[in-house]
Amino acid sequence: MSDFEPQIVAFFCNWCTFTAADLAGTSRLSYPPNLKIIRVMCSGMVDPKYVVKAFLNGADGVLIGGCWPGDCHYINGNLKARRRVANVNEILKQFGIGEERFWLRWIAASEGTMLQEVAIEMTKKLKELGPSPLRSLAQAAV
Amino acid sequence: MAKFAKVSFQKDEMNKKLSTFFKGMLDNGVVDAVLAPMVQSNNGVRLSLVTSPDHAPLLDPFAPVAAVSGAKIASSLTARPSGRSLAMVLHPCEIRAVVELSKLKQVNLDNVLLIGTDCLGRYENTDFVKFKKEGGTSEAFLGNALAGKTAVQDFDICGACKICEFPTAATADLNLVVLGAGSGDVYIEALTEKGEQALDKSGAGSSAAPAGRDEAVKKLVATRTEARDKTLAEYRDATNSFEALADKLANCVNCYNCRVACPVCYCKECVFVTDTFRHTGEQYMMWADQSGKLKMPNDTLFFHLIRMTHMSLSCVGCGQCTSACPNDIDLVPIFRAGAEKTQARFDYQAGRSFDEALPLSEFKSDEMEEVTGQVK
Repeated sequence: MSDFEPQIVAFFCNWCTFTAADLAGTSRLSYPPNLKIIRVMCSGMVDPKYVVKAFLNGADGVLIGGCWPGDCHYINGNLKARRRVANVNEILKQFGIGEERFWLRWIAASEGTMLQEVAIEMTKKLKELGPSPLRSLAQAAV
Repeated sequence: MAKFAKVSFQKDEMNKKLSTFFKGMLDNGVVDAVLAPMVQSNNGVRLSLVTSPDHAPLLDPFAPVAAVSGAKIASSLTARPSGRSLAMVLHPCEIRAVVELSKLKQVNLDNVLLIGTDCLGRYENTDFVKFKKEGGTSEAFLGNALAGKTAVQDFDICGACKICEFPTAATADLNLVVLGAGSGDVYIEALTEKGEQALDKSGAGSSAAPAGRDEAVKKLVATRTEARDKTLAEYRDATNSFEALADKLANCVNCYNCRVACPVCYCKECVFVTDTFRHTGEQYMMWADQSGKLKMPNDTLFFHLIRMTHMSLSCVGCGQCTSACPNDIDLVPIFRAGAEKTQARFDYQAGRSFDEALPLSEFKSDEMEEVTGQVK
C-alpha cells in the first residue's frame, strides 16, 4: 500500500483552523496535499450529513478543525461539534469506520505548525490503515 | 412508598371493571378527558379521546396493539394545548417517547396525567385483527402472556416487544399493574404525588401492594434483557460492515414510513424531503458517471444513517419503524443496536427521566476530552 494516497475531507472553521492553514501557507510550512479543505464558518455547523456523505462517497478520512474550547467565535459551536462527533463516531464505528478515520482537532489561528503536524499525522495514520472499507461501496453508489 | 388500589374482576369482566375507574375519573372531575385504547368497528382498537363517561365501557387499555405510537398522538393533543386536563393511557414505550418529546417541547405535560399499562407486548396491526377475529380478548391475552404464551396460530408479539426490557412505565403518574397482580386482579399504582391525588379523587379506594409485583417484573425484565442481548449480538455479528448494513437495507424504497411512524423522529421538516435532496438530472447523471451506474432511488443507506444520528439518542425501541416498513425490513435491531451505543456514550437512556437533558442539547467546556485527545 505504499502508493496509496488517502483522501481526507477537512472541514476547517473560518476563524481558527482555516486561518491556521493560511498561516501554515504564509509560513511556508508544507503539509501533505491529501487534505481537501472545505472552509466552514464554525466547526459547530458541520452537519453529520456532511461527514457521513463524505465517507459514503469514498473518503478515507474526515477531519474537523475548530477553535479551542473557550475560543469559539460563536462562543460554543465547537462544544456542540464535540458532542456531535462523539455521537457520529459511535454510529460509524459499528460498521467499520473507526475513530481513527474521523478526527476532531482544536487548532487555533496561531497554530500553523500544529496544523502541519495534524495533517502529516492523519495522512500517515490513514496510509497505515489503508483505503476506507467504504470505497468499494461508494462504487456501488448506494 | 407507592400507593395502590385494587380492581378485582370476574372472568371476562376486566374491561368492564376497569371502565368504572375511568368513568370515576371523568365523573369526579379528576380529568376532563381520557385518551385510551378503545374498541372500534371491524376488530380495531385505536387510541380515542373520551370526554363523556358514557363511552368508558368501550375502553380496552390492555389491548395488545399500538396502531400508531401514542406519543405522536400525545404530541398532536398537547403541543398546542387545549387548557383542559387529560389522562393518557399508554404503553411504557409510548410513555418513554413522551418523556423524550417533552424535552423537545413537542409534548406539553402541564395538564396531563400519564397512565402506564404493564406491557407484555403487542401484535402487529394485521395480526391483531386476526387475533380479534379468533375471539381474542385483552384479558385472555394477559392471562396467556403472564404464563409466557404470546404466540397465537402463526403469529406472535412484535420482535421489538420480545427484546423490550421496559415492561413497566417508571415515569408515569399512575400504572395499571398486572405483573404480579395475580389472576382476577388489576392494581392501580400511584407513582407520583399527582398520581396519588388522582387516585384518591377517582374513588378507586386503596389497597396493599400486590405481593408478587417486584419479583414478577424482575423476572420478565431478566428474560427480555437476555433476549435483547442475544438478538443484538447476533445482529452485530452479521452487520459489522457498511456492506452488510446495505444488504439489510437493500429493500428500502425511501418511502420514509419508518420516519413517519417513529415517535422520536423530531424534525418538523425532514431534510430528506427538502430541496437539499431534490437534485437535477445533470447531478444524477454525474453520479452515475462515477461508476457507470446509480441505483435509484439513491441515498437509501444515507437516509437511515442520518436518521440514526438524529434520533438514536432518543430511541425507545418501540418497534414502530419495523411495523411501518412496507418491505419487511427489520429496522428494530439496527436502531436499537445503534441507540445502545450512542446512549451509552452519553450515559443517557431515552425515557428514563424527565431531568436528564438530551445529550445534544447541552454541552460543557470541560468534558469529553477523549474526542480530540488534546488538553491545553
